[in-house]
Amino acid sequence: MITFSAKVKSAIRLEGERAYPDECCGVLLGRFGEDENCGEAMEIFPVSNGREAEEQYHRFVIQPDDFMKVEMEARGRGLDVLGFYHSHPDHPALPSDYDREHALPFYFYVILTVEKGQARTLTGWKLAADRARFIQKPLNEGGDML
Amino acid sequence: MTITIQIPTALRAFTDRQPEVRVEGATVEEAIADLARICPDIAQHLYEENGALRSFINVYFGDVNVKNLKGLETPLKDGDAIILVPAIAGGGGICP
Repeated sequence: MITFSAKVKSAIRLEGERAYPDECCGVLLGRFGEDENCGEAMEIFPVSNGREAEEQYHRFVIQPDDFMKVEMEARGRGLDVLGFYHSHPDHPALPSDYDREHALPFYFYVILTVEKGQARTLTGWKLAADRARFIQKPLNEGGDML
Repeated sequence: MTITIQIPTALRAFTDRQPEVRVEGATVEEAIADLARICPDIAQHLYEENGALRSFINVYFGDVNVKNLKGLETPLKDGDAIILVPAIAGGGGICP
């Protein structure tokens, strides 16, 4: 379980709307709990979509150089990289096959639907150990839990 | 020759939580293959089914991506260290 504040949710929604009709992407920073299955997302770190401009409407990449910078910043501030968020413009907040093929275990993946420029559904996922599927981590509206 | 591979947080579950693993190899390719031999559960996250290194796994030698050197054929010498750095990718498309 990961605690997900309203402030973090709002920040992701804003990023998704800003990037529309392209995909936004970024890193969830916070602190893990006793193990990698629980933690608190304290802030987001938006990252420029590293894909070619003509592909950004349905693809994103956080380039390794950017990932290194974020990880170093997180370590310097005593925070953990909990996972990543990205938007699906005019597309359901469900992980695609492309998402699964490129995902890593351990991290939380948050997907936001942006429909006609308006942020809508936000969902959370984690890759199964055998890479065969994503496991949904339902959002708890009351407690902002993943 | 002994090479140190620094493991990203996401993959430490497959290295007994160790942040780095010592392997043998004369090239980047050999070093990563030895890592997969020592820690077999990590292999599926490093390699495609056809045996190619996954496109989102990058290898850095110092602060240089080996793609800008000789790629997987980049030679290594005893005591060198390399870092596995993931690129995080995804995007909308056909849903499962």
